[in-house]
Amino acid sequence: MLSRTAENMFWLARYMERAESTARLLTMGQRMAILPGAHHRDEWRSVVRATGADCHFPEGTTVTESDVVSFLMLDLDNPSSIRSCLLKARANAKSARTMLTQDMWEALNDGWRKLDSYDLSEARQQLPSLIDWVKTRVMTFRGAADSGQLRNAGHDFLRVGSALERAQMTLRLLDIKYYVLLPETEVIGGSRDHYQWTSVLHALSGSRAYHHVYGGTYTPWQITDFLMLNRLFPRSVAYCYDQLAFRLNRLAGWHNARAECNDTIEAMVTELGALDSGEIFRIGLHETVQSGLAASNRLGAEIAQAYHFG
Amino acid sequence: MPFHEMFEPDGSVRACYAEVQNWVERTGIAGLNRRLDEAEAIFRRIGITFAVYGEGGDPERLIPFDLLPRIFTAHEWRILDKGIRQRARALNAFLHDVYHRGEIVKAGVMPADIIYRNSAYLAEMADFSPPGKVYSHIVGIDIVRTGPARFEVLEDNCRTPSGVSYMLENREIMTRMFPDLFSDGLVAPVDDYPAELLKSLQEVAPPACKGEPVVVVLTPGSLNSAYYEHSFLADLMGVELVEPADLFVDEGRVWMKTTLGPKAVDVIYRRIDDEYIDPLVFKPDSLLGIPGIFNVYRNGGVTLASAPGSGIADDKAVYIYVPEMIRFYLGEEPILDNIQTWQCSRPDELAYVLEHLHELVAKEVHGSGGYGMLIGPKSSKDEVAAYAERIKANPSEFIAQPTLDLSTVPTLGPASVVGRHADFRPYCLVGKQIRLVPGGLTRVALTEGSLVVNSSQGGGVKDTWVLQD
Repeated sequence: MLSRTAENMFWLARYMERAESTARLLTMGQRMAILPGAHHRDEWRSVVRATGADCHFPEGTTVTESDVVSFLMLDLDNPSSIRSCLLKARANAKSARTMLTQDMWEALNDGWRKLDSYDLSEARQQLPSLIDWVKTRVMTFRGAADSGQLRNAGHDFLRVGSALERAQMTLRLLDIKYYVLLPETEVIGGSRDHYQWTSVLHALSGSRAYHHVYGGTYTPWQITDFLMLNRLFPRSVAYCYDQLAFRLNRLAGWHNARAECNDTIEAMVTELGALDSGEIFRIGLHETVQSGLAASNRLGAEIAQAYHFG
Repeated sequence: MPFHEMFEPDGSVRACYAEVQNWVERTGIAGLNRRLDEAEAIFRRIGITFAVYGEGGDPERLIPFDLLPRIFTAHEWRILDKGIRQRARALNAFLHDVYHRGEIVKAGVMPADIIYRNSAYLAEMADFSPPGKVYSHIVGIDIVRTGPARFEVLEDNCRTPSGVSYMLENREIMTRMFPDLFSDGLVAPVDDYPAELLKSLQEVAPPACKGEPVVVVLTPGSLNSAYYEHSFLADLMGVELVEPADLFVDEGRVWMKTTLGPKAVDVIYRRIDDEYIDPLVFKPDSLLGIPGIFNVYRNGGVTLASAPGSGIADDKAVYIYVPEMIRFYLGEEPILDNIQTWQCSRPDELAYVLEHLHELVAKEVHGSGGYGMLIGPKSSKDEVAAYAERIKANPSEFIAQPTLDLSTVPTLGPASVVGRHADFRPYCLVGKQIRLVPGGLTRVALTEGSLVVNSSQGGGVKDTWVLQD
């Protein structure tokens, strides 16, 4: 397949994932903002930080819901805003139009200019329904890809982009949880933690799944285990790494050649598999997460190199 | 009174439209209008849109779709089919001739100036024969109907005629929404067009091609107004849709950049203009284009469809001579007539045009898309006078034709079926053999009395049925 098309598929999936993650983050922000003592904690800043774009809000200023909805939902100057992501996903899809099924394209094309017609106050008023709309768009797209697309290299590039984006979102959320949501005076495992962790689980659509695995209690160790190491939860870092290894291996098969990225992802899987949550806290959650983010960034660059992305 | 393709002057329905008439009565006008909204929603969701240059507003606008089909009987189609193929053969023969010995000029049938001093003539093509001597692989011929048995050619399109995706999608939408209309198999299918196109392109593979020819569609990119069509055709042929940056030249071949590394390309159905193909030969400042591709082409390393320089055959000044070409190259009488045309470059014809401009249609020789033309009877005195000044300033740039009594086709109005002027563009495929699917694109001027059918100026499209015996 054309290198440009491979790149389009990879980024199409990343932007769709990012649109959904950002929508989920906005829900998390709303949940956390209504928790007791929220106004002390600059909850909305943590939401922005999870998207990796907090440099737009200098330290010392207060970040409001209105700022964040504007920035993450509507702002075309923010490359990670939902509106930007949906537009860029569609542009990538349009460029790789022949790789997509009609249903996939329709899922992207249906209402692609919807957010153009919203101003900030309307978007805030209708935030829950807009978030649902975004999630539905992404899920429809994913379903169309799952049920209709040929399982060729194009599909693998799509899934690689999706798994990489997901792994990074989970890593960033964990990082924020560790740094931002925990006031210095609080002890790990305190009761507010409990609500904040559940908000994070909600943001990753894993709150019910968590209970099925660990029962009724929340502990930082179990939550870390769930989000980092669980091989069944599709947003855990370990699951995403497994997916990446599987998909990159398939791509190596299509191309009759292994590349650096195959070795890198296999090393990442092995390293993560050797950890348990106790070990992670001994090394430091922050350090573990940071090295995961660095490794996944490196992986992205190696994929681009292996398949001659522009 | 123009010829109405559905109704006789006494108001009775022509036999070929009986089925449509029943359907309209059964569904009712209001019912049809509701279904029209549904059709538009489908078009938009599928993404069949086109961009209109410089008009602002919705960058991906829909071409208005009209539900009522335009119908040709099997007998009418036999005439059209023959006439279209004949014209496509003559145009290709002409192209080969003007880039070689120029027999038609030597024989005194056409003046040399009109060809060799024409900006559409590409000297770089001289003495080169493309595979199969085919220059224009897809010939779009714009035809109007002026009477029950009278068809006339408005213009030829030998470069990259667009719109065939509408022929296919209009039919697709109609069969999706109104399957009953097609259940008795009276309407000839058109859906093998992409397969026929692929065959035609494979037949003109270059000498360097070994094995199954690799065909690609070359698009300027996803912002081009016809991008939907480019991707649609690539999709239905099952070939790659490439942009110029996906291609490069090396070792006498053209390669596309794939995840497996470079892959040789044999035939390029290019949807970009001549001047943007190769910056080394044409526009040095062009950012588009594949440096060196023209040299590879001339050396038999790749086939370009259409051939660069094909535009000389659809030039409006050359158009006048197409009936002569048919006689000269094929030794046949033209089946489809040309429209009478006055060349302003000739002093006597110029005088006639200036005197009668208010009753003529005047066009720029190199214009297209319905821009820059004057429809005398529909223009004010001042407009006519201003246009006359433009002609006088540069007579050789203009031609004029009589205002035709174009037929009208049934079109869905808010309260009734109304008659609107239409034209017709079939797409004739030329490879080793000539292929023509029974159908084409009918464009309709949706405004009452209007003669301009171009989509860029408010024209719409409708399905075209060729009935089978």
